[in-house]
Amino acid sequence: MSALLTRLAEARKEGNVARLAEAIPYARWMQIAPENGTGELLTRMRYHPELIGNTFLPAIHGGTLGAMLEMAAIFHLLWETETETVPKIVNITVDYLRSARPVDVIACAKVTKQGRRMVNVFAEAWQEDRSRPVATANAHFLVKSDADAPPSL
Amino acid sequence: MSPVTSKDARIALFQQWFSDNIPHNKALGLKVIGASRGFASMQLDWREEFVGNPETGVLAGGPLTAMLDGCCGMSVATMLKAPEPFATLDLRIDYVRPAEPGKPVIAEAECYRITRSVAFTRAFAHHGDAKDPIAAAAGTFMLGTKGRPTRLPPGDKP
Repeated sequence: MSALLTRLAEARKEGNVARLAEAIPYARWMQIAPENGTGELLTRMRYHPELIGNTFLPAIHGGTLGAMLEMAAIFHLLWETETETVPKIVNITVDYLRSARPVDVIACAKVTKQGRRMVNVFAEAWQEDRSRPVATANAHFLVKSDADAPPSL
Repeated sequence: MSPVTSKDARIALFQQWFSDNIPHNKALGLKVIGASRGFASMQLDWREEFVGNPETGVLAGGPLTAMLDGCCGMSVATMLKAPEPFATLDLRIDYVRPAEPGKPVIAEAECYRITRSVAFTRAFAHHGDAKDPIAAAAGTFMLGTKGRPTRLPPGDKP
């Protein structure tokens, strides 16, 4: 069993989803972590100056929004579905709706279609106002273990 | 701006515009390795903090997403007659195989069509053999957005 799935079991026992991020070096570096204080699973990317992509506006780098939407989808699949493997991302399409200001970004995800091997996930990111999303994404993940399966986690 | 003819000088300028002056690209340590009209190429060196799966050392999707976004954006900038601000409209990434731990990743982007409002790009990420990609990307960019051109370092007047 992978370290992430071990961590998942521990996080479930403690009821503390934030522990999932501890097992992923990239999530720690980016300060991306899930939280469920409100009863809903959300993923937060804490603002820090290294997220900036446009110093003039200033605005958060689009690539980091794509990255956090992907992480939000993964945390959602790990926490809210009965997955027994770490989901492997196949592809993601990110739509950029507004420039993201230098404050925290929050995202939620939901499963659009759960198949036996493949899951389609929708994720949405916003800042202060949830009705004004900064970016949305659709992603496919393989959720059945398969030696030939694609990337990334 | 005076025309830049030497290849090294052009790469140095794009390195400044697209990595040194963009905090997240700088944090990733992105290196511009190629810049010509319609084409951009960058390198991302493997680092422990980019890893998605600590057991395998395989990169997370995020650093590749940020690199491909930046590289596609740079390919747009190479097409502009005059500096102009632009923003990513959408970006699709297919992760076709895992990146190999410890190896640098190279991204090559092409801006294959530009109109007054929209630029269309595609890109591949690989370990040195473009025929054996790690990821493929397609990005569109909105031109003439608010703000200041990416190409101008802070402090310069447009």
